[in-house]
This record gives sequence, C-alpha cells and structure tokens, in this order.
Amino acid sequence: MSRHTLSVLVENKPGVLTRVAGLFARRAFNIHSLAVGPTEHEEISRITVVVDVEEHPLEQVTKQLNKLIHVIKIVELEPESSVHRELLLVKVRADAATRTGVLEVVEMFRARVVDVVPDSVVIEATGPAAKLDSLLAALEPYGVREIVKSGTLAIGRGARSITDRAFERAVRSA
Amino acid sequence: MTGTPTPAQIAARAEARDQVRTELRSRVGGKAETEVAAPRVGPEEVTGAQSIVRSLEEVGADVVFGIPGGAILPTYDPLMDSAKLRHILVRHEQGGGHAASGYAHATGRVGVTMATSGPGATNLVTPIADANMDSIPMVAITGQVASAAIGTDAFQEADIVGITMPITKHSYLVTDPAEIPRTIAEAFHIASTGRPGPVLVDIAKSAMQSRTTFSWPQELNLPGYHPVTKPHSKQIREAAKLLATARRPVLYVGGGVIRAGAADLLRQLVDLSGAPVVTTLMARGAVPDSHPQHLGMPGMHGTVPAVAALQKADLVFALGARFDDRVTGKLSSFAPLAAIIHADIDPAEIGKNREADVPIVGDLREVIGDLLPELAREHEAHGKPDVEGWWRQLDEWRRTYPRGYNEPEDGHLSPQHVIQRLGEMTGPDAIYVAGVGQHQMWAAQFISYEHPNTWINSGGLGTMGYSIPAAMGAKVGQPDRTVWAVDGDGCFQMTNQELATCTINDIPIKVALINNSSLGMVRQWQTLFYESRYSNTDLHTGHGTMRVPDFVKLADAYGCEGIRVEHASDVDAAIKRANEIDDRPVVVDFTVSRDAMVWPMVAAGVSNDDIQYARGISPAWERED
Repeated sequence: MSRHTLSVLVENKPGVLTRVAGLFARRAFNIHSLAVGPTEHEEISRITVVVDVEEHPLEQVTKQLNKLIHVIKIVELEPESSVHRELLLVKVRADAATRTGVLEVVEMFRARVVDVVPDSVVIEATGPAAKLDSLLAALEPYGVREIVKSGTLAIGRGARSITDRAFERAVRSA
Repeated sequence: MTGTPTPAQIAARAEARDQVRTELRSRVGGKAETEVAAPRVGPEEVTGAQSIVRSLEEVGADVVFGIPGGAILPTYDPLMDSAKLRHILVRHEQGGGHAASGYAHATGRVGVTMATSGPGATNLVTPIADANMDSIPMVAITGQVASAAIGTDAFQEADIVGITMPITKHSYLVTDPAEIPRTIAEAFHIASTGRPGPVLVDIAKSAMQSRTTFSWPQELNLPGYHPVTKPHSKQIREAAKLLATARRPVLYVGGGVIRAGAADLLRQLVDLSGAPVVTTLMARGAVPDSHPQHLGMPGMHGTVPAVAALQKADLVFALGARFDDRVTGKLSSFAPLAAIIHADIDPAEIGKNREADVPIVGDLREVIGDLLPELAREHEAHGKPDVEGWWRQLDEWRRTYPRGYNEPEDGHLSPQHVIQRLGEMTGPDAIYVAGVGQHQMWAAQFISYEHPNTWINSGGLGTMGYSIPAAMGAKVGQPDRTVWAVDGDGCFQMTNQELATCTINDIPIKVALINNSSLGMVRQWQTLFYESRYSNTDLHTGHGTMRVPDFVKLADAYGCEGIRVEHASDVDAAIKRANEIDDRPVVVDFTVSRDAMVWPMVAAGVSNDDIQYARGISPAWERED
C-alpha cells in the first residue's frame, strides 16, 4: 500500500460529497483523510482525499471518480511537488508545575496556545502529518486529553493553478 | 486574514464569478441540443407538473411506462391531456422500469418510467440497477414528498436519490420548479450519450404544484461531463498494426457495439480483418450468426470454439466488452497468450479487469470507422496476415464441438428443441426477450440472431422476471415486429402481472414459457455441485404436479391465448398458431424436462481451459496444441 493525495474539483452541488465518499466505499477503497471546502470559484468545491492504495487500483478509482457527473477534474499531488498541511487542535494537561514544559514544546514546534485554563491548554498547530505526529509525541508525557485533526489539505508548488487550468481546458474543449 | 473587502474588490470578485459561470456553461456548448439562441418554445406560464410533461414532450419522449400515486399525482393530470406522450399504466413499478428498458433495447432511444414516491420509487430499484449494469439509456421520474416534508419521515417518503446513487449514472432531486426543464434535458442527455445508463429525476410534489415558466430548448450545465468519443489516432494505428500482424486474432464483441449502433461497421471490420469473432451474451446479433467467421458466444455457457479461440489467441480485440467474470472464467488464466486491444467509450472499463496493451477510448462507431482505413493501409503495405493455420484449428473445433444437446432421458420435451424451433419458425426479424436462467442461455445459444437489437436480456444484473415487462416495452417500441418472450416458469411468476397491461393496451407479445417446473439453473448447479440435493427449487408447475398456477388458465384469466404443449410432435403447431395470433398476447406453456442442462459450461471460478462440452466431456487441448 502507498499513500496518495488526490485533489478533486467538483461542482458545488448538494450531495456531491456523498457521491464521492460513497464511490470510495462501494469500490472498497479506504479513505485515510478527506477535507472539503470552497475554492476561488463559487461554483466549484475542492475535495482533498488521501487514500492508501496501490498504483493500479488508484488509476481505477480515479477513472471511477471521473465518471461522476459532478466531478470536474482530478489531480494527484505528488509529495515532492506539493505542500501538504493538516490542522491540529489538542487539549493538554498543564498546571502550574508543567505549563512551562508544555509551552517549550509549543515554542519548539512553532505551534500556538489558543485557550488556557488553570489545569490545561488548547494548542493549535499546522503542518505536514509527520510534524504533527512529533508534536503529539512530545506532548504525550504531559497528558493529552483530546485531539481533533483536519484532513490533509494540499496544493501544488509553483505558479500553476489546477483550477485555472481546468477552466482553460474547458473553454478550449467547448 | 483579510480585512473587509473594498467595493472594488467585491466588484472584481463578482465579475470573476460571472466569468466562471459563463465558462462553465460554454463547456457544454458543443452539444447540438445546447446551441441555444432564442427559445423555440415559451416562456410559457405553467405549473411544475405541466413543465414535466412539456419537457418530456420536447425532449422527444413518446412513451412513458408508469403508475400514479400521491406524490406524482399532479403530473398525471396534465399527462392525461398530452397528445405526444403515450402513458402505459403498468401493474407494478418494476414492470414499468423493465418495460422502459425493453423499449430502449429495441429502439435505441431513451426509455422512460414514472412512479410515485416511497414504495413506488423503491420498486424501481431493480430495473434501475439492471439498466445500470447493461448500459441502458433510461430516465426514471419519481414523485417526492413536498419539499417542506423531505427529511421528516413523511408518508411514502424514501430517499430514492440516496438509495439509487450507486446504481444510476446520475440522479437529481428537484425542489425548484424552475429547474425542471433543464434537469429533464440533462437527464436525457446523460442517459443517452457516452456509456448509456439510467438517470433518476426525483421531483418534489411541491415543485409540481408551484407556478413556473417553461421554455425550450434548455441550456445544459454539465461542466464535469464530456464523454470522449473520438479515439486517439496513435492508438488506432497501434491497433491496426497488431491486428494486421496477429496470427491468432479474435474479435471479442460486447454489448457496447449494439449500444453504439456500430454493427454495420463491425461487419466491415470482421470482413476486412479475416479474424474470427465472438459475441457475448449482450452482443448476440451484433454480427450475424450466419457469418462464417462467427464462432458464437464466449463464456460460462459459450461455444467450445469461442471459448477455446480466446484461450489460444495471440491477440484479443475487445470492442465494447468489459471482461466480465462470466466471460473470462478465472481471470488470471483468461486468454493467457493474448495481447489485448480494448476499445470502449468508458475509460474506467479499460484495465479494470485485464490490462490492455492498446487502450482505446472512444465511441465504437468512430473507433471502427477510423480503424478500417488504417487496417487497409497496413494490409496494403505488408499484406494480409496469415491466419490460415488459425482457421484450420478453429474449424476443427467447430467440427468437433458443434452446437447440440441430448434428448432428455425422462422422455419429456426437450427445452432446446422448443427454443431452436421457435427461432427457426419465427425467423431473425423477430425480437427475442429472455428472463434469466437456463431458458436464457438456451435462447442465446439455439436461436440464430442476424440483426442487432433483436436479442434482449438481463445480462449484468441477471434479473429474473425481466422478460415479460421488457418484451412488452420492446413491442411498444417496435409494434410491427413479432416479439417473443422466452421465459422460465420461475421468472414468469415474478412479473407476469404485466400480461394484463399487454392485453388491455393492445400489446400482443408472445410468451414461450419453458416450464421445467423448477428454478432450473439453480437446480442444475444443485445437480452438479450439491449432490443433487434439490433445496427449494421445485415450483410444482409441470409434469405430474398440482400445476400451481396452471399457466394456461392464468393466460386465459389475463385475456391471453393459452396453449399447452407437452410433446415434441405438438411444438411446431403451437408455434405456428402463436405466430398467427396478433390481436392478443399468447402464452405457450411448454412443459419440458426438468433434467435438461445447459452445456457447454465453465464452472464458476475455474479456468476457461476446463470447459465441459457436456457433462464429464472436456476437450483435450494438448492434442490440438
């Protein structure tokens, strides 16, 4: 198994996430993470989906996704030529005795404290998955009470835009 | 991150959005239907219900198979006044769906079915799944509860869009009446282009009851939908090269050839290439059975020459076929020596089950159309390939393993004889519609098909009960042709209520009931793989049983002509009489031997090399190698 990140441009229509997620389930593909949100084009949403899958089934799932009427374009973002980020919010035990230690960890990982009460803090961090895993490992001894993570977001490096290119191609083909 | 946008920024964004919208719309501009200048019709002030009926009229539908009910009721009122739409009141929504399918199969046009919300819609699930598997262009229109009631578990509410999402090509939930015409236009476009399939349009009752405007034609807004129809020229050249040099080529023809309307071009390819051709269950009729290069059907119950040709081929050219498990047997041992050219309109089929050496995505009319001159050029440059040795081999297989059957030992009527005589006496211009099971396989094997769209069956989903309603739909679509439903006693009992629809609406189909008093194919597997322990396959409709129901009486009750045939000597007379009756449906109850089995056979999951010509008789390949 290898991990692949797909950016799926879809029409911003009701049910489109169900169609995409349902297709993965139906064709027995395992979604590692999924994030969906608006793009610079009001009528288009972008789904970033990370899957654990071999090369051949990946091609098959891409083709099946392309068959969904609401899917406009699919791009695989290779790790070396794209930026991948996750958002982590983590609630950690931190009382008078341990707070300094926790804050040192926060400092080291260039994370931020977004909420403080006498016996705990909420820390916000963004970064690639590996960095967040290291952060969590460093916080673990202090007592991690609650974790919430976004799915991976990814964007290609360089000036080129997959959304613009989608439209250029569209206009040419019309 | 950013502060409040300035008015200039807001204006710029709005402009960018408009540009995107324009671009999105222009993407569908190439399609003929969408070249919209001024509306040809309207705008007319109408209700949503009228808008549905007007849209169906304008999109070119002429027949709707359906049943009214609460949520679709508003639409049935203007439907009553439509001069262009013939609505046929079926007896079960499943029948309506299969009838639309049979209509589409027989005509190549989009079949239309209509049902109410909840149970009406869920009864369409089977025909929709069936159409999805067999790539049948179909539009299903269902009523939905009023939009304010959606999500409240209202009376007769079912999330049919959610339920059918995995089995439709696309689906819509319409709550805004203004969207009705465009949605219906898109539904028909999607159903009938690219790889055809079923599209569901679920319309809230409140939308039907609201005032709206109707105009036509409609601009389609499908930025994510553009099927590739034009094949890549490099791939065509590659295919031509392989086909021109292969020593043991086989053309493996699937139902896509029929959907594409490419049978005439395929015939030219068969003739030009000199290659043997096999037609799958979905493709029977795509090449005339009388064509000397036609080896018959491949697969689980295919002919020995067709199966063997694929196993020994050095090149398999798949055209509109999808390497289904019923064709390949154990996939890893299918056509082990062959390079694969795979042409299909659906890119997802290519490489799905078997990797293609030359993948070709495109409409088969264009694929074959482009390939013919390319292949001719190859022949001119390098001469025709030497396939004589291959043909000597193929002809030997044909001589050794011809189509045939043994008379049943119990002395009862042979089902193969009945079906063979049916085909011989009725001829290749009739349409034959099968259910699913032994009778289906015998009808595929023992009737000779000469034209596309004359063989209709449920291939992918294997839907028992398909035959009667599909035959009804086929007869509505092709009223001047004889339509024979070849059905089994098990299948027939699932959907025979549509005989009432046939009688009342003057749809004189003919039914050859291959009555072996059991779920015959299941029984055959029990004979072969379960030590003849016949668990729950006895239907008590044949010889020496209570005959429940008595099919002749049942036919009579439905206003059909009922004929019973128990002896071989009566077969021809019954078929002749049935073929002469054209003022009402006919049901011929052929009570046949229950021990007849479908041969040849490749057992499920085993290699095609292990095909059995008849029980315990396997071809000895090593001698032929």
